[in-house]
Amino acid sequence: MSTLTLSRGLNEGLRKALEDDPKVLIMGEDVGKLGGVFRVTDGLQKDFGEHRVVDTPLAESGIVGTAIGLALRGYRPVCEIQFDGFVFPATDQIVSQLAKMRYRSRGQVSLPVVIRIPFGGGIGAVEHHSESPEVFFAHTAGLRVVACADAAEAFTMIQQAIASDDPVIFFEPKRRYWDKAEVDTAAGPDSAPPLEAARVVLPGDDVTLLTYGPLVRTCSEAALAARTEGRSIEVIDLRSLSPLDMDTITGSVSRTGRCVVAHEAPVYAGLGAEIAARITEQCFYHLEAPVLRVGGFATPYPPSRLEEHFLPDLDRVLDAVDRTFAY
Amino acid sequence: MPEVPQSVALELYRKMTEIRLFEKRAYDLFMQNLVKGTTHLGTGQEAIAAGVSQAMNDDDYTFTTYRGHNHVLARGTPMTPVMAELLGRENGLMHGKGGSMHLLDTSRGILGAYAIIGAQLVIANGSAFSARYRGTRQVTVTFLGDGATNIGAFHEALNFAAVYKLPVIFICENNKYMEYTPIGAVTAVPRPAADRAASYGLEPVVVDGNDVEAVYHTAAAAIGKARDGGGPSLIEALTYRHGGHSRADPGKYRPAEEVKEWLAKDPIPAYRAVLLSRGVDEAVLDGIDKSAREAVDKATEEAKAGPEPRIELAETNVWADGGHAWRN
Repeated sequence: MSTLTLSRGLNEGLRKALEDDPKVLIMGEDVGKLGGVFRVTDGLQKDFGEHRVVDTPLAESGIVGTAIGLALRGYRPVCEIQFDGFVFPATDQIVSQLAKMRYRSRGQVSLPVVIRIPFGGGIGAVEHHSESPEVFFAHTAGLRVVACADAAEAFTMIQQAIASDDPVIFFEPKRRYWDKAEVDTAAGPDSAPPLEAARVVLPGDDVTLLTYGPLVRTCSEAALAARTEGRSIEVIDLRSLSPLDMDTITGSVSRTGRCVVAHEAPVYAGLGAEIAARITEQCFYHLEAPVLRVGGFATPYPPSRLEEHFLPDLDRVLDAVDRTFAY
Repeated sequence: MPEVPQSVALELYRKMTEIRLFEKRAYDLFMQNLVKGTTHLGTGQEAIAAGVSQAMNDDDYTFTTYRGHNHVLARGTPMTPVMAELLGRENGLMHGKGGSMHLLDTSRGILGAYAIIGAQLVIANGSAFSARYRGTRQVTVTFLGDGATNIGAFHEALNFAAVYKLPVIFICENNKYMEYTPIGAVTAVPRPAADRAASYGLEPVVVDGNDVEAVYHTAAAAIGKARDGGGPSLIEALTYRHGGHSRADPGKYRPAEEVKEWLAKDPIPAYRAVLLSRGVDEAVLDGIDKSAREAVDKATEEAKAGPEPRIELAETNVWADGGHAWRN
């Protein structure tokens, strides 16, 4: 066991993938000599060479397109998008090509590309640097979309994402890059739950709190605070946003009868909407209250002095939990 | 430029003739509502597909566009699966899932036709990279239209290719029209590809795209250079689309004089005349024409005989496990 930051957990996972499979490559802006703006790829170019850890031009469409071409010939490229808002110039490649080529070629080609995206706010940055664009990709058939929440998860999930034969959009909670956790770097990813499985972070009986990415910590803190008031919240880290692990979700909600979904992305047409609809369809007779959602507002990401107002915090999460008991 | 050996010359003539007749048939089938959706023909541009493909090795890679039947046929994919793909039948190249705009044949290194302008250019760099990683001498050839020179991906791709000296050849088929608009009306420079080459440290290369041997020699030089580690090339081949942009577009926006001038430069009769002047027996060329007609007829019948797609095909091959039902 080692105590690692989330950033280092990813770094160790990438290192293992590079060691285990010569077809794995890393490409992106400043990922080589600098080691990435968040140091996720720190030291990898030095150890694996400029051909496997490639500093690219500032051209997201070019980065993802090149990765697709490499994947067409059997490579497993991992692209870093420097900040969430920078992914949009690559949208054509991701949505129109990466997601669809297996389908239109009736399975002649497989594109095992991973696109890593630091997402979410809370670091005093501004729009383009603090956004949560996951739902754009979850809406696109043919892409897996996942989000890691801590160092241990990051370490295994990045390896599983690289091993996946589907393209994976891999979201990293940037304000948690410096959070530390115990990581068993000797454990292989095969012993971990599969990439598409949700995980119960804290068990509870009164209400189910579904979340992912940076809000896993926020929601866990909220659950611990509520416990002192005698309320038992089950916190579930979804991990996979597409596909959704509905078995774990409905298993929990059927038991608790109440559910809150929390994410940083705006509530309107966010992932919470899809989850709430599915829970209503699948657990209707178990529900004691409507599924409530906590998330960002329907605004562009605000300037940094106002972001605390935008980001769901412990109070907003617990307020929603309380409201589920008002029915 | 030197004359090509007669065997190569006859091959060039055969490819152009087959492509011309195949696409004429595709048009007829479209008009009979047997080809659904849309289709974009390269009629008049056959010399580029034939000349470039002739200069490539079997294991080289090809990327093309939605106007790409010609390149795929020129690279050796048989007519029947291509025709069946246009008809959306299960015996199509991709079981009818790709259609006219998305032909792909990995068994011949044809890594896709792309209907989003310029998308294939950045992807082609990846396949060129792969050849370098493996240490093979394979080159990647990607076709593009003149309209693609104004989209961001073109410039990202050229810069990438030049920075990493990738073995990739960009062949711009300048047929003077970006869909329905003259390319000159929307482009800052007179030669949409060649005048951009210097920005990426490349030589401007322009070739008569209706002269199949000129195309062949120009492509062969660029391919040889790339194979030897000399990096990418950007070739602008001047040509003309005999028909409109797509479907039944009659292309009325084009001046009659211009159409007349270019029809007179049709690459196939022009090359036929060259071969006859070199002493090729007319009966040999007639024989090629006849075989091509028969091949198109046979492909049409085989394609039409193919089964209509099963409904399951609409839902499979979404994810690697073959499935589709995650969200439903």
